[in-house]
Amino acid sequence: MTTGGTPFAPHTDADVEAMLEEIGAGDESELFDIPEEVAFEGKLDIEARDEPAVKSDVSRMFARNDDLTEFLGRGHYSHYVPSLVDHLSMRAEFLTSYTQYQPEITQGFLQVLFEYQSMIVELTGLEVANCSMYDGASALGEAATLASRLRRVSGDTMLVPTHLRDGKQSVLENYCDGAGLVVETYSMDDGAVDVGALEDRMDDDVVAVYVENPTVRGVIQEELGAVGNLADEHDALFVYGTDPVALALLEQPAELGVDVVVGEADTLGLPTSFGMGLGLFATKEEYLRQVPGRLVGASDDDAGNRAYTLTLQTREQHIRKERATSNICTNQAWVALRTAMHAALLGPTGLVDLATDAVENASELSGRIDELSGFRAPVHDRHHFREFLVRSDQPAAAIAGDLETEGYAVHVVDDHLLQVCVTDTNEAAMDDLVAAFEEVAR
Amino acid sequence: MRHDQARYSREDKHEPLLSEKNETTLEIGDDSPLPDELTRDSLTLPEVSEPEVARHYTRLSQMNWSIDSGPYPLGSCTMKYNPRFTEDLAADPNAAVHPDRSSESVQGTLELYHDLQEYLAEIGGMDAVTLQPPAGAAGEFTGILIAKAYHEHHGNDKSEVIIPASAHGTNFATAALAGYDVVELPSNEEGRVDVEALEAAVSDDTAALMLTNPNTVGLFERDIVEIAEIVHDSGGVLYYDGANLNALLGRARPGDMGFDIMHYNVHKTFATPHGGGGPGAGPVGVVEELEQYLPKPQVRERDGQYVLEDPEESIGKVHGFLGNWLVLIKAHAYISRLGHEGLVDTSAKAVLNANYLASQIDLEVPYGPFHHEFAATSGDRDAADVAKRMLDYGVHPPTTKWPEMVPEAMLTEPTEIESKESVEDLAEAFNRAYADSDETLESAPNRTTAARIDQATAARNPVLSWHTLDDEA
Repeated sequence: MTTGGTPFAPHTDADVEAMLEEIGAGDESELFDIPEEVAFEGKLDIEARDEPAVKSDVSRMFARNDDLTEFLGRGHYSHYVPSLVDHLSMRAEFLTSYTQYQPEITQGFLQVLFEYQSMIVELTGLEVANCSMYDGASALGEAATLASRLRRVSGDTMLVPTHLRDGKQSVLENYCDGAGLVVETYSMDDGAVDVGALEDRMDDDVVAVYVENPTVRGVIQEELGAVGNLADEHDALFVYGTDPVALALLEQPAELGVDVVVGEADTLGLPTSFGMGLGLFATKEEYLRQVPGRLVGASDDDAGNRAYTLTLQTREQHIRKERATSNICTNQAWVALRTAMHAALLGPTGLVDLATDAVENASELSGRIDELSGFRAPVHDRHHFREFLVRSDQPAAAIAGDLETEGYAVHVVDDHLLQVCVTDTNEAAMDDLVAAFEEVAR
Repeated sequence: MRHDQARYSREDKHEPLLSEKNETTLEIGDDSPLPDELTRDSLTLPEVSEPEVARHYTRLSQMNWSIDSGPYPLGSCTMKYNPRFTEDLAADPNAAVHPDRSSESVQGTLELYHDLQEYLAEIGGMDAVTLQPPAGAAGEFTGILIAKAYHEHHGNDKSEVIIPASAHGTNFATAALAGYDVVELPSNEEGRVDVEALEAAVSDDTAALMLTNPNTVGLFERDIVEIAEIVHDSGGVLYYDGANLNALLGRARPGDMGFDIMHYNVHKTFATPHGGGGPGAGPVGVVEELEQYLPKPQVRERDGQYVLEDPEESIGKVHGFLGNWLVLIKAHAYISRLGHEGLVDTSAKAVLNANYLASQIDLEVPYGPFHHEFAATSGDRDAADVAKRMLDYGVHPPTTKWPEMVPEAMLTEPTEIESKESVEDLAEAFNRAYADSDETLESAPNRTTAARIDQATAARNPVLSWHTLDDEA
């Protein structure tokens, strides 16, 4: 394996000579039309290595990571991804293809995305799903700009819960800033929406209300119908954050009066991947022309057969430029493909089982931690999904540090609050985690 | 014709949707661990066996063009071969850590993250890089937010972003998303930035100029030093759109040209698979003065430890976590495979292939000389029709009808990975399609999975899920 040039260009010396002659150039450097004053004459400080050397170097780096059993969630979850998803999604025809600008030779991927959209429509009960945003945070940001385009009054406030990841709020604020919106928080009561406080805050200044279900603390909300009514009365958009596993069990958002569903769809199909995601975005048909991102539609071809194509592209940046509904172009199509494959393998039964386990495991594990001296769990007297808070008499950071020494990762929420998340990938380690909690409490 | 995709489904009508294979409605009710009022009544989804899933997606994959299927010369998209050893690295279970792990426990992950920041800074001639933006357009947004933060911090009241008419549509959408008015800049007769028009366009309101260099018809902006001066003198920031960086690797660096902010499309330039429309990654580089505005957190090295630090005047976050990590791993591995020599050779062969292809086609190619791409014109033939006919000749056609400065444009970028023979095949596909009759072009394609698709009906009567699909006889 040579490291003298790119190993991925197939030209022989004779090829290069013949091509240069045809073009009328003496050597390759003559082809560059770069003024001398800005030409780079130096050597980039990057050493070329052959394939085995690169592999062993990167493997060496990853081996530096501590081997911990993660009980981490807070918006990003680990579920077992079947091996078949890896094998099918790694097929070169999917992995190495581009956006489907020539639908006649990209029917396969277009159908996958159409099926992904269809599954999201079923799970949310809303009529329109796009075929992905970057992650839950960007999907929320796009929901805010949608609200801004739809607003019929002069309002400029986007309401979000006080229990929200800092990162998600920060991304949202960046989207809101350009649209002239401000982000304000409403209070929570025992981990869920404080409907009374929200009612007091609501006025015509509010263009959208955002609610998560389950919340970032794993709480399942109980009064969302009332939130939907409040949003409706004030002509504000009701935006709901969730994920496809939760949607398999929880009341359909459409039934609650939700206008836009956003969230992380990569809970199916993708390992934790240091935070890489798949933004879920679904809404009502009446907002179709204002939807951000790509949409795949079914149509017919000239032979009268069903065929799929990217559609309603006049909303998009490559046609509408500064009047586009969003600047998104490259999205997370391959992750959507993996999510669709995972959902297809689970089917409705497998998906509902996964969601049922998320409730039952959280209940079991919190109950067992609650029995230990020095801990109380769950902190909120609510139904939980996957995760819950633990109150500790000791400083939470010290407890988490000791747990890490024992081989377990949990979240630190504040001085005395920890958060624990259990899914199918770590449920087998629940006994060990409880023992570790008991150990570190001593 | 050497390249051919599976097209047996043409006779079979189509691969059935999963929902057409078997759909099951599961009643939930009593089995739910939650009270009725919190639970949905039922769930209706496909219920198919694992072998059926395997065949379904295998068949669909065979109905899909990819760079491993054959040439994919989409101008400005830089579709090139993706080596597979990078996939093995991204699939390493140790790579798949949760983003909320303590930084002490993920030193390996942070080391690679930090190394890639350094690699990209070196390649771009920039002082600091963030890897957080999850795509090129997200990189643009990040860059413009940094420019905005810089102006606000200095009390500059700026309302406009200047963008050449030929620029990518994302530039315009990004500027608008950040709340700026767009001033469109015409090209001169040579296809480059019209310096006089730029002088007339800049003012105290100018926040930034967004520029692609080489530009979207493959021309290097020779007046770049003067352009940078004009923008800087007005108090504006110069932004580099990295879409065409493949043409310059190791030859010229945006930082050396006077650019203050740039984004890198690592999924293009550094050969990380595009996955049918993402994920990509759009890291952003800045000069030293702007480092304090980068998104939070940055990965930095302190006494041999990798730590997360928030830049002082950070714009906040542009992704929920730290970006599209799996893509970044692949970009890192690709760059360290190539090194300086490989990067320089990449631009050499990309530019050689583009110029050779331009010399072999019968279509007129205005402007020049070209770097890695060129916009041929199909003249009085419809570029979209010529493209559809090229499908019949076994290649993916170029980007059509864009940029608008070339009528009936066919924006073509063969990249470095095509051999001399493969470039000649591409030229032949161009030339044969261009020579075919109007009637033939209008009825094309004939040898593909689907025949010409009715896009107008798809837009007029949107059918976006299997719930609204009419039952077919």
